[in-house]
Amino acid sequence: MQDKVVIKDLYKIFGPEPDEALALLEQGFSKDAIFERTRTTVGVQKADFSIREGEVFVVMGLSGSGKSTLVRMLNRLIEPTRGQVIVDGHDITQMSKKQLIEMRRSTMSMVFQSFALLPHKTVAENAAFGLNVSGASKNEQRDRAMRALETVGLAPNADSYPDELSGGMKQRVGLARALATEAPILLMDEAFSALDPLIRTEMQDELVRLQETEAHTIVFISHDLDEAIRIGDRIAIMEGGAIVQIGTPEEIVTKPANDYVRSFFYGVDVSKVFNAGDIASKSLLAVFERTGVNLRSALAQLRDHRGDVAVVIDRGGQFRGLVTVNSLAAAAASDNPQWEAAFLKDAEPVPAEMELSEVLTRVTASERPVPVLDADGRYRGVVDKTILLHTLDKTT
Amino acid sequence: MANGITDFQIPIGDWVADGVDWIQINLTGVLDGISEVLELVIDSFEGGLQAVPPVLLAALIVLIATWRVGWKFGLFSVAAMVLIFGMGIWPETISTLALVIASSLVALIIGIPIGIAMARHDPVEAVVRPVLDFMQTMPPFVYLIPAAIFFGLGKVPGSIATLIFAMPPAVRLTNLGIRQVSEEHVEAGKAFGCTSHQLLFKVQLPLAMPSIMAGINQTIMLALSMVVIASMIGAGGLGNTVLTGIQRLDVGLGFEGGLGVVLLAILLDRITQSFGAVGGAAAAPSFFGRMRQAFERWKDSQSSDV
Repeated sequence: MQDKVVIKDLYKIFGPEPDEALALLEQGFSKDAIFERTRTTVGVQKADFSIREGEVFVVMGLSGSGKSTLVRMLNRLIEPTRGQVIVDGHDITQMSKKQLIEMRRSTMSMVFQSFALLPHKTVAENAAFGLNVSGASKNEQRDRAMRALETVGLAPNADSYPDELSGGMKQRVGLARALATEAPILLMDEAFSALDPLIRTEMQDELVRLQETEAHTIVFISHDLDEAIRIGDRIAIMEGGAIVQIGTPEEIVTKPANDYVRSFFYGVDVSKVFNAGDIASKSLLAVFERTGVNLRSALAQLRDHRGDVAVVIDRGGQFRGLVTVNSLAAAAASDNPQWEAAFLKDAEPVPAEMELSEVLTRVTASERPVPVLDADGRYRGVVDKTILLHTLDKTT
Repeated sequence: MANGITDFQIPIGDWVADGVDWIQINLTGVLDGISEVLELVIDSFEGGLQAVPPVLLAALIVLIATWRVGWKFGLFSVAAMVLIFGMGIWPETISTLALVIASSLVALIIGIPIGIAMARHDPVEAVVRPVLDFMQTMPPFVYLIPAAIFFGLGKVPGSIATLIFAMPPAVRLTNLGIRQVSEEHVEAGKAFGCTSHQLLFKVQLPLAMPSIMAGINQTIMLALSMVVIASMIGAGGLGNTVLTGIQRLDVGLGFEGGLGVVLLAILLDRITQSFGAVGGAAAAPSFFGRMRQAFERWKDSQSSDV
């Protein structure tokens, strides 16, 4: 994927002595120490990353961690103290006022936590706000606003006023306003945080669905890890103005960079973060390739390694079945030794995409490890009770 | 030493008098220009209002009161009109009304842009705020002196004293209203590519409207109180009735004039407030929006009856 927004060495210092603060930062002073000395606040420091075209990039952090400041520097609602923001090869920090306004109208739109709708305008007029400002004709404003409202399912309310709508509907208008400009980049500032939990989940699903049909590049601020995991392709975690980790949801959860990152997982439902494929282990059980070994040698090997259960695959890696010492011995003792006769009947594999919550029931019901397969039937590993417990334990 | 203190003087009075002399000598043209423009505004309002037959004008006022505020207030306005006619002070009331409208209008034309400038530029606010404080703490009578010196006696100096006295709330509340527009609304305006002009007219002013309307209401009320005082320099109207009552120790006449002022004040206050409520951002639906909502409720009630 191509980089859509490249952020290079970006800093924001609030207060009277930005240069002094920058110098102190380079000497390795902390945010608090710099505030003690110069009465200036480090908003964002040393942000250096890129956002790929069509991805949902979630910026997470506690309040005061600088996530709002970072996102507002992307469209220069807040002027960066130092550094560059490059969108499609153009450096936004170098733009004139006129170019900046043009960029905001065509390339980047924004959705706000408190919706920020105009109460004296109808839903359709609010949705058309960006087009109105850039001087589109009345007809075009109405057409494109209506199309955006249809996308968010609010076309029937086009002529209502915002105070006639519920919170979730208001934020749909906010989203429609951002979509109507057809800007490829969407900045969403805690867009769903003011909504009640059910509506919030609904809006998150809707955003994911929207991304499937027309992929925007979305920068989404959130303080809620569940939300970040639900919608994010990648997550950046900020602390004290600095980005401490960037990665996919799985990477962040499995390899948190420090205790601050780890602290976000308290209370997170891990069974939604992971699926069976993520935690399946290949090293747990011995694997026999069917065509290479005969039953007797397999039985001998299994006895030697004091294992009890083994996996049988064929040359292409396709899963064939599970065997135990006992089932192998029984099959080998028969007149016509066949692998098939040794396969356990009650060892149904699970697909890799299965959510952990479902895997949980399967694993607890089975006395043996449960094999996990790819979409095309290849063996991915097994999940047993120990692995599950370890995974679930990461949250506490 | 004691002598030193009693002899010590700062001749502020002399300086002000010198300044006034200088203005009178050097700025005659400017003063005349202001005077002529104001006179035209006042005369056209007063002439216009006087030209309408009193009964028709009274009916119009009752109609506006009923439409804007409600039928109860409509009834009150009928009683007020009857009282004003009955006391025989209709011409004075109209004269005062015209002066109030003309002064308020000029005060708003000057004051609202100053308020906008204050909201958008902190240095302007830093300069204007103490001036407003000064203007509002100065006893209203003091404005009569320079007004009379520069413009003589009559309606023009009366309206100048009035508009200066009445302007501060319009300036203050415009400033306040714009500054109170939420940060996210301003950010939304900017994020969607508003120029600073568009931000002002499409976001800030509409959202500041309730506050601005409150300022307009305050300005009109202050103008009314000052117009009465300005009768001392010949502004005429109801103030004149009160003044005559004082000079002749005629309690009855003074009371009639005072009652006329009170009735006019109530009418102006309630009617201008009603504009604030609907123009306001909080009460979002427009007049037609409300009509439509009412219609829809009516339709619902019809269908549920079936």
